[in-house]
Amino acid sequence: MANSGLKRTALFEEHQKLGGRLIDFGGWELPVQYSGVLDEHRACRAAAGLFDVSHMGEVHVEGPGAEGFLNYLVSNNVSKLQDLQAQYTVMCNEQGGLVDDLVIYRRSREKFLVVVNASNTEKDFSWMQRIAEAYRSKMTGSSFTLTNESHRYTQIAIQGRKAQEILQKLTTTPLAPIKTYWFAEGTVLSGIPAVLARTGYTGEDGFEIYVPWERGPEVWAALIEVGAPLGLKPCGLGARDTLRLEMKYPLYGNELSDTTNPLEAGLGWVVKLDKGDFVGRAPVAASKEAGLRRALVGIKLLERGIPRHGYPVRDSTGGEVIGELTSGTQSPSLGIAVGIAYINLAHAATGSRVLVEIRGQKIPAEVIPTPFYKKPY
Amino acid sequence: MNFPSNLKYTRDHEWALVEGNVVTVGITDHAQSALGDVVYVDLPRVGRELKSGEAFGVVESIKAVSDLYSPLAGKVVAVNDGLPNDPSAVNKDAYGSAWMVRIEIADASALNALMDSAAYTSYVASLK
Repeated sequence: MANSGLKRTALFEEHQKLGGRLIDFGGWELPVQYSGVLDEHRACRAAAGLFDVSHMGEVHVEGPGAEGFLNYLVSNNVSKLQDLQAQYTVMCNEQGGLVDDLVIYRRSREKFLVVVNASNTEKDFSWMQRIAEAYRSKMTGSSFTLTNESHRYTQIAIQGRKAQEILQKLTTTPLAPIKTYWFAEGTVLSGIPAVLARTGYTGEDGFEIYVPWERGPEVWAALIEVGAPLGLKPCGLGARDTLRLEMKYPLYGNELSDTTNPLEAGLGWVVKLDKGDFVGRAPVAASKEAGLRRALVGIKLLERGIPRHGYPVRDSTGGEVIGELTSGTQSPSLGIAVGIAYINLAHAATGSRVLVEIRGQKIPAEVIPTPFYKKPY
Repeated sequence: MNFPSNLKYTRDHEWALVEGNVVTVGITDHAQSALGDVVYVDLPRVGRELKSGEAFGVVESIKAVSDLYSPLAGKVVAVNDGLPNDPSAVNKDAYGSAWMVRIEIADASALNALMDSAAYTSYVASLK
């Protein structure tokens, strides 16, 4: 294939060797699937899946003023973090919309690793620089640095009930004591420095591993080698999407955008309006005061069909448009067609009947509790 | 990729098996592979009159939605009613149990516009 101008991760040749079908994903040439979306999805649910997520952006925020700056930048309370703990959060813009969702890892009191979405990395870093400037002029004397280190990390996610067992074969760092949303600074293989975090985007137990960019291929190959006998399979972007969808985990570009209200997106649990000022706090607080208009809910179709991003949702009489699908698929784990949709509050309660418009046909659907999938262990 | 020599092919990746004045239609091995795991198939009713190139149904994989196009004009005389309940057959047996419709040919000269196996093989290669 001619050089497509797309960015490649350090694992590009591994994907080729494994027969991955490569596509353009936000400017990155990444595998959408290897053996097939269903096969990979099921392997992750039954044993383990291995994902190249090196395209994600990594930003270092360091210095005595790092925590204060981050608390101004994001909606969650960064001061609650202890060393080696991670936190899911969002960055709002000045209108209260979402710049991105992200995970902050506190490595030490003055060292934070901030992980953002691949397609947003450039935008996010510029935004962080802009907010840093504003913060510094407000808080004279605040000292911290901001560096985009995305090119220095290979990030690999190993997810599934066998993830710990497989990863433990390659590291002397004890994994069992690491709780969900905590991490260890350890090594893999023969002394490769690694952040080993019990985090993920699949609804399974598992880890996200950060190693130096150029050491990625040997770590990936070793995980495949020791994992395959236990049922591990490499998983592409297709399975990553169906796995996150079964958990109703939001995806920037689908559920989230720069006009999304985080409370309507169901992210109120990471929006700490009482922690002090942060970018977007005032408009989000005002929207809460004024009353939210819609909610992000899970639906299942009651007749045959597949709900997809952008399909309109109508009330049960077929009249008014009351919402829109943000994501949808045939759930591989549940065997039903499920979707995520913004629906006007009056129709958003569990059990509410609605109609999804698919190519002009109105298919009955019901609002159901989420996550759609719950791990059985 | 397997493109049997007894079939004709469209640029939209349907296959057509001509038997007398009836043509049986499905999607090719290339199409099912490109789509990935097929999870939904929607087919027309018997009796529907189709124009050449008209969309007569839909096939959906986990990732993608794709229309099905009639290779020629004619009336639908049979539909594979079992297929919507077993969409994965499209991946497993694209030229056999996953046939989709049979169409009574309105104008046999339309067959000349379809590709043979060799032409379709080069066409698919040209898409890469």
